[in-house]
Amino acid sequence: MSDDLIKTIFGRLTLESFPIHEPILVGTFIMVAIGGAAVLGALTYFKLWGYLWKEWFTSVDHKKIGIMYIVLALVMFLRGFADALMMRAQQAVAFNGSDGFLPAHHYDQVFTAHGVIMMFFVAMPFVTGLMNYVVPLQIGARDVSFPFLNNFSFWMTVSGAVTVMMSLFVGEFARTGWLAMAPLSGLDYSPDVGVDYYIWALQIAGVGTLLSGVNLLATIIKMRAPGMSLMQMPIFTWSALVTNVLIVAAFPVLTAVLAMLSLDRYVGTNFFTNTGGGNPMMYVNMIWIWGHPEVYILILPAFGVFSEVVSTFSGKRLFGYTSMVYALIVICILSYLVWLHHFFTMGSGASVNSFFGITTMIISIPTGAKIFNWLFTMYRGRIRFELPMMWAVAFMLTFVVGGMTGVMLAVPPADFQFHNSLFLIAHFHNVIIGGVLFGMFAGVNYWWPKAFGFKLDKFWGTISFWCWVVGFWVAFTPLYVLGLMGVTRRLRAFEDPSLQIWFVIAAIGALIIAAGIGAMLMQFYVSIRDREKLRDFTGDPWNGRTLEWATSSPPPAYNFAFSPVVHDLDAWHDMKSKKAERPTTGFRAIHMPKNTGAGVILAGLSTVFGVAMIWYIWWLAAVAFVALIATAIGHTFNYDRDFHIPAEDVVNSEDARTRALQQAGV
Amino acid sequence: MSADTHGHGHDSAHGHHDAHDHHGGAAHGSRREYWIGFLLSVLLTAPAFGLVMTGVISDPRVTAGIVMALAMVQIVVHMIYFLHMNTKSENGWTMLALIFTAIIVLIVIAGSLWVMYHMNLNMMPGMGGEMSSGGM
Repeated sequence: MSDDLIKTIFGRLTLESFPIHEPILVGTFIMVAIGGAAVLGALTYFKLWGYLWKEWFTSVDHKKIGIMYIVLALVMFLRGFADALMMRAQQAVAFNGSDGFLPAHHYDQVFTAHGVIMMFFVAMPFVTGLMNYVVPLQIGARDVSFPFLNNFSFWMTVSGAVTVMMSLFVGEFARTGWLAMAPLSGLDYSPDVGVDYYIWALQIAGVGTLLSGVNLLATIIKMRAPGMSLMQMPIFTWSALVTNVLIVAAFPVLTAVLAMLSLDRYVGTNFFTNTGGGNPMMYVNMIWIWGHPEVYILILPAFGVFSEVVSTFSGKRLFGYTSMVYALIVICILSYLVWLHHFFTMGSGASVNSFFGITTMIISIPTGAKIFNWLFTMYRGRIRFELPMMWAVAFMLTFVVGGMTGVMLAVPPADFQFHNSLFLIAHFHNVIIGGVLFGMFAGVNYWWPKAFGFKLDKFWGTISFWCWVVGFWVAFTPLYVLGLMGVTRRLRAFEDPSLQIWFVIAAIGALIIAAGIGAMLMQFYVSIRDREKLRDFTGDPWNGRTLEWATSSPPPAYNFAFSPVVHDLDAWHDMKSKKAERPTTGFRAIHMPKNTGAGVILAGLSTVFGVAMIWYIWWLAAVAFVALIATAIGHTFNYDRDFHIPAEDVVNSEDARTRALQQAGV
Repeated sequence: MSADTHGHGHDSAHGHHDAHDHHGGAAHGSRREYWIGFLLSVLLTAPAFGLVMTGVISDPRVTAGIVMALAMVQIVVHMIYFLHMNTKSENGWTMLALIFTAIIVLIVIAGSLWVMYHMNLNMMPGMGGEMSSGGM
């Protein structure tokens, strides 16, 4: 075949695109291939494909989609953490003339992939998954407003994750850092496929994030149980509402910036190039207009989890509910007024920097108010130190330190010292691990019994908790020290041997965190093994206060046989204290949405389209795009979308619940 | 607890329910309104084209300003006559969303202009000229 023909068929994909000369990648590939083959083999052997397809992949049930989001987050977390371990190991050994074990080309991809994966494919799916699972239950709804859209959003996120993972073994990932700052990410400095992988993975996953934001927003506004006014919504639902407003307002900015970057790279425009009238500073400006609200998109749901957990395990109504709600709304607006604090050093001058320095300090006020609200909720409460509460307390201690170093960074003159140093790295890991991740872990421990009907094992949970908390401090305190000494981020090797000890301590911290992750996986395994012993028949194992605890664990597909009527904040607590009787008769058939495979197919076609665009395989991109549009239009003609759960099925599952409650003696 | 009148978790049914819900649902348009909207759009679009094509105003910045102003009015016309937005539809949620969007867009545009203006101002001599000529 002629070279032209091969180029037309395969674009820039050649045999050299496969990194067979890099032993670390080949080793990883062999491990992944063996592991993958084992999983696929097991699924086939146990004949699980049909079950997975029918009950999970095509499901439009918000509970199953929520669980799938969290599984995705955990899987990607292992990948992102592997990157973190490699970086810690590299920096701990690359002293005294040693180059470490990672070549620069590979190291740069590792730190980029770590950031991208942890933000977009761990934190985001974790947060979205938790909101997806909990919000409809908390507002007494049967599903989200647009169940199919929900399934589609999830698979688009998976599609983005698959694209990132693919870059490990086919071609390479971006070497630009997690925000792909121009002009480094432009065609002049990054001519290979790395940045294109970055762009298409984020664009595809971004569709999912935006649509799920629209979906949850509509759900919270339109589908609350009768009687539930806005100021009677559980605080987690409030935080989800504000988070989704932020998602809907912020993500289009990211989409637009990346679209302009791809125009620069694909058709030769000059939005962010150094020459031709482009302005790379505009890229920095715009990506942070998205990037700062993104931080709050991650942390607000975690705040919501802590509010629920602290209130439940202190046995008290949340202190200052109204002030919590107003703090959320204030943060929602203020989070759009602080973006420049990410680039004080770019040179906007004193007046601009002072404005953004002050707004940044102002935004710490509503956040601080929340901390006091949690403390006052605990004050004179009857505190039970179950696992979720332990995570909440660890969060309060850790997050306050992260918040204070944040205020240090908000002082523009001081930021000229801290900018891009390891101090900054320590700060944002302090708030993202100590805030978001601890929040998600609290949420998983808190709502696991609701999702699966049994509690998580406390012994392994406690081990995991202490490894995480101690490991976090051992890993990141040295980075604060190094940052204050002026060590910058993303370095691969060091000259000054006196720094090595700090990096070795940080690496030990990472290993302690690894033990924490191991203990957490062990906790899941032991809990599933001992599920009969840990079983909860009441559906309300923590003496909860909000509506999700009013139904059985796990909830039936329809969530509530009758829509609950809400009279008070903490509706379930109110029902319990008034000794409201659970209805046991008069059940009717329930109208529900039907499963559909369209989401999986659309997301699969999007992946093909993205990969074709990355490798310049134009014919495949055109085919995939046409197929994508045709499938989307075809799906609109599918009128067979709903069915009724027959009344006798509802009666059967509600009777089973009645017997379970009698058995539990409630 | 009361009987279920509310939870219909099902996407295709939504358009159906909302289209016939006159209690705070989305507003409807009449043929008359569409005609008014169409005529106003034409009246707002034609002068913009005319100004650019004939070049009657010598200063292009004035032309650009007028075109932008016409475009802003056009957005409002579309929102009222084609999207049927008013202060009452969807219990005021549409209006609230619009106000929020307007605030965010204002912050983003005004903030970016302010930030980028100062960036360009602080460029080294020689570089600043090139940046400000095309960047913004």
